[in-house]
Amino acid sequence: MNAGGIVRLKTPLTEREVRGLRAGDFVSLTGDVVTARDKVYAKTLDYARAKRHLPLDLTGAVVYHCGPLVRRTSGGWKVLSAGPTTSARLDDVQAEFVRRTGVRGLIGKGGVGAQVAEELSRLGCVYFAFPGGAGALAARSIKSVKHVYWKELGLAEALWVLRVEDFGPLVVAVDAHGKNLYRQMLQSRQRSR
Amino acid sequence: MISERDFRGAVEEMIRLAETKLPSDVVAALKRSMEREESPIARKQLELMLENLEIAEFENVPICQDTGILIFFVERGTDLDLNFDMTSAIHRAVQDVTRSLPLRSNVVDPVSRTDTGNNTGDGQPVVHTELIPGEELKLALLVKGAGSENWSRLYMLRPTAGREEIERTVIRTIEEAGGQPCPPTVVGVGIGGSADLACLLAKRSLLRPLGEPNENERLAKMERRILEAANELGIGPMGLGGKTTVLGVHIEKADCHTASLPLAISFQCWAARRASASLIDGELHLEVP
Repeated sequence: MNAGGIVRLKTPLTEREVRGLRAGDFVSLTGDVVTARDKVYAKTLDYARAKRHLPLDLTGAVVYHCGPLVRRTSGGWKVLSAGPTTSARLDDVQAEFVRRTGVRGLIGKGGVGAQVAEELSRLGCVYFAFPGGAGALAARSIKSVKHVYWKELGLAEALWVLRVEDFGPLVVAVDAHGKNLYRQMLQSRQRSR
Repeated sequence: MISERDFRGAVEEMIRLAETKLPSDVVAALKRSMEREESPIARKQLELMLENLEIAEFENVPICQDTGILIFFVERGTDLDLNFDMTSAIHRAVQDVTRSLPLRSNVVDPVSRTDTGNNTGDGQPVVHTELIPGEELKLALLVKGAGSENWSRLYMLRPTAGREEIERTVIRTIEEAGGQPCPPTVVGVGIGGSADLACLLAKRSLLRPLGEPNENERLAKMERRILEAANELGIGPMGLGGKTTVLGVHIEKADCHTASLPLAISFQCWAARRASASLIDGELHLEVP
C-alpha cells in the first residue's frame, strides 16, 4: 500500500482507511471522485434536509472541490484542466454536508477553518490538499467522466463523477485525529513570536 | 492600419499564451523558491506547480481550470486611427477563444448567477483604457482567478497612518489570506489616489515583471520590507507551511486628498498569468515575457 512514501488508496474509502492516515502523509487515489462546490453543496443539503434521495450514494466517497474545465467530445466529455478550488468558501456547510452524506474524504486547496477541521476529525473524514492551479496536471490522472449530474447548475458547478488513476500526490492536511497542517503552521508562527 | 480581423487574431493569441504559459520571470521565481524550501511538503507543492506548467504548455491547455476573468489594460494614442470598435473586437476575441482553446465559462450575472456562457457580459472582460499622445497602441492582459481576487482589499486608513501602518496592514492581510489566494502570490499594492484609483493601481502593478522594484527608492524599500516580513510568516506554498509565501510585492502610488489615505491590495496567485502586445508598423506584436 505504501510505495515510495505514497499511500495508494482506492475509493470509496472506509473509516478504517481514513483513520489510518496521518497529517503530512502523501496519498494517491484510484477510483471515483465526485466534484462539488458552492451550488452542489447547497443543492445536496436542500435534498438531504427535505429527505429526498440524492442521484448517487456518497457513502465513503471522496469529494473534490473543483469546477473542471471540460470539452465536449463525440463520446461524452474530456476534462482538460481540473485543479482544486478554495475549500474555505464551503466552511459554513462543510460539516453538515459530510455528516449527511457520509463522505470520507475531501480534496481541495487552502484548507478548512479550524472548527470545521475538528468536526471532520470527529466525523472520520480527511482533507487532502492538492496545489491550486495545477489543473493540467490533475487532468492527467482523470481517465474518464463517468457521469455528470445537475448540469443545469453550469458546467463548472455541476456534479461530475470522475474516474481517476493515481491522482496525487495529495497531502493529508487535516487528519481524523485532530491534526491540521494549516493550524500547525499558525501555531508554530505564534510560538516563534 | 490594422484590420479588425488581425486585431482580433492577435488578442486571441495573447489570451491563449497567457492561459497556457507563465512568464519566464514567474517560472524563475518559482524555481528559486523550490531551492530555498526545506520541508518536503512545501517542495512537493512547488514541484507539482512546475510540472503542471510543463504539461499545460506542451498540451496547449490552460494552466488552471479557473481560466479567470480577463482584465485588459489598453494604452491608446489619441492620433491612432482604427476603423473598428476596439472594445467590441476584444469581446469577440474573448468569445472566440472561449470556444477554441477552450476557456471555462466563468462570467455570470452577479445577482441571478446565470452563466453568460462565453466569458463576456456587462463589464466583462474588464477593459481599462488610457489615452496617451501619439499613434501608439499597447495592450496588457491579466488573467485573474477568483481564489486570489476574493482576497482583494480596500482600506481607507487614517491620513496620518504613515508608512509603518501601511506596511503592517499589507502584512496582516497576507497573513489573514493564508493559503487561500494560492501562495506563493504576487501582491499588488495601491497607495493613495481615490478608492477606485487605489484599486486600479494595485491591479495594474501586477503587470510589472518580478524582480523589477519601483523606481522610487522609498517605495522600493517598502516593497522589500513587506516581502521579507511576509516570507517570515511561514504560510508557505498553498498555506501548508514554508518559506515562500510571496514572490514579489509591487507598490504603485498616486497623490490623494489631504484627509484620506486609500490603500488597496490585490493578490495574484502563483499562476501569475499575464501577456502584452503593442502595435508596430500596423501589426499587433505579442511580447513574450
